[in-house]
Amino acid sequence: MKKIKLGAKEGVYIFLVLLFFIHQDFWFWDNGNLIMGFIPIGLIYHIGYSIIAAIAWFLAIKYAWPSHLEGFSEQGEDSTSTTSEAR
Amino acid sequence: MTPLIIISCYLILLFVLGQVSGKFFRGTSNDFFVASRSIGPFLLLMSVFGTTMTAFAMVGSTGEAYRIGIGTYGKMASWSALIHSACFFFIGIRLWSFGKRYGYKTQIQFFRDRFESNAIGVILFPILVGLVIPYLLIGLLGAGSLVRGVTTGAFPEIFSETRGAVPPWITAAIISFVVLTYVLRGGVRSAAWANTFQTLVFMVMGIFAFVIISIKLGGPTAASQMANPVKMIRGDAIPSIQFFSYCFIPLSVAMFPHLFQHWLTAKSAKTFRLTLVAHPLFIMITWVPCILIGVWATGAVIDGVQIVPTGVNPNAVLGIMVGKLTNPLIAGLVASGVLAAIMSSLDSQFVCLGTMFTEDIVLHTFKLNRLTENQIIWIARGFITLIVLITFLLSLANPVQIFSLGVWCFSGFGALFPVVFAALYWKRVTRAGAISSIIVAAITWFYLFRESGYGINRGYLIADAMPVVFVFIACMLTLVIVSLLTKPPSEETLNKFFPKVL
Repeated sequence: MKKIKLGAKEGVYIFLVLLFFIHQDFWFWDNGNLIMGFIPIGLIYHIGYSIIAAIAWFLAIKYAWPSHLEGFSEQGEDSTSTTSEAR
Repeated sequence: MTPLIIISCYLILLFVLGQVSGKFFRGTSNDFFVASRSIGPFLLLMSVFGTTMTAFAMVGSTGEAYRIGIGTYGKMASWSALIHSACFFFIGIRLWSFGKRYGYKTQIQFFRDRFESNAIGVILFPILVGLVIPYLLIGLLGAGSLVRGVTTGAFPEIFSETRGAVPPWITAAIISFVVLTYVLRGGVRSAAWANTFQTLVFMVMGIFAFVIISIKLGGPTAASQMANPVKMIRGDAIPSIQFFSYCFIPLSVAMFPHLFQHWLTAKSAKTFRLTLVAHPLFIMITWVPCILIGVWATGAVIDGVQIVPTGVNPNAVLGIMVGKLTNPLIAGLVASGVLAAIMSSLDSQFVCLGTMFTEDIVLHTFKLNRLTENQIIWIARGFITLIVLITFLLSLANPVQIFSLGVWCFSGFGALFPVVFAALYWKRVTRAGAISSIIVAAITWFYLFRESGYGINRGYLIADAMPVVFVFIACMLTLVIVSLLTKPPSEETLNKFFPKVL
């Protein structure tokens, strides 16, 4: 049986999938507590979620960046002739 | 009168900026359509963010929070924080690389090559245009009603029919004219510059309105204590399935033709990095103040008088809060911010439709490859002007239900996500699979749209889920089943889009 090697890239993808599921925050659905006296806890959770999403994409850039696409695109620079071909 | 002066100053400033940015236009069609693929990280971030945020980001979010409470942020903004960047990462960068390598300027050029089919362009073109035009109308009508609201009583003799307010058709005409002046001058490059300025304006004005309103209500703590407690939780306002099913809506960015065009302007793949990280944060900065203003409006009282009367149209809540709690100068600045959000989407959509008409219809269908660069640019300018004129004329019909069409437009684009995803990641997807899935998505979308009373029934759900879920599933199943039953793409196409380096 082939072993699946888990590296940083796979770790980032797992983190993103986890983020997808923890969006559904049943635990704060009916909680009316105010954080800092004015932000409802259900809202602060999703503010934190947005910040964590930004961190997740930072990690994706660091560990799962598709660097091969840069080289691939450079192999055929855009020009008028290629545009005409695409038409 | 003061708000109108502020708005006029803002529009003049934008006009001047458009003319300055036009000086950087290089005079080629490549520059007009994709800014010579030279846009750097900051301009890309601001143009992509400005394009995806419409009037809904300020006016709609405040109104929706007033109507259903804080759940508005979770169902729209935090889903977008995750999924928009996912679309940029998994779809946008890959499409950019194909665009740069093979010289694409429109989505349809990519799909035609990927699926070895001219027919897919013929089918996709009216669908994309049909979904963008209502989106354009939302912008023009939103601008019209906003300016009408802030100028009520300013010209009682000239505009007696609108209680002294500037009539929406005049606003729509002026907005169209200003956008037209800069997009005709420098195409997508001018749109990127204007979007950068406008994005800064609407982000700053949202925060500004939030700070002033919270001070007027006695500070944020006092404001939150006045709010209706039911709106400070999600409770029964949004069924849990509906809350989850909203994740399909932000998938629409993967199929927005105007966003595709902005992606193609990027200088390199690395240019996307700032957008990936900052986009979720920018969504938060723009939405949180508006959500809080919306929930505060549910109970805000000054000297025993309720600020927002019961039964008011939710779209008017931001205007009422700003109008009653600030002075005309600030009301004018906030109104300029809302116009900035509207116009930063309008410009990209106008340029995109002009590009599609020129590239996918005129140049492709009529094989006019002998045209000079200058002629191509003038054809695009002609089409952009025509589209602006048509949109303006449609806005005169004042289709009031157009606001409820917004989510349906997003649903249409979101439901087509399987097509672009499969085109990039599934070798086995076939021409027949792609074409049939687009047709099935269009039919399913139209059927459900009709069932909702053409968007009039705003609460239309199926088993508590958003209709987009079912259109998406119909599209995906058709794509997979038909592809598996039909002949795979040629080796040449597979080598072109799935080379070993990828």
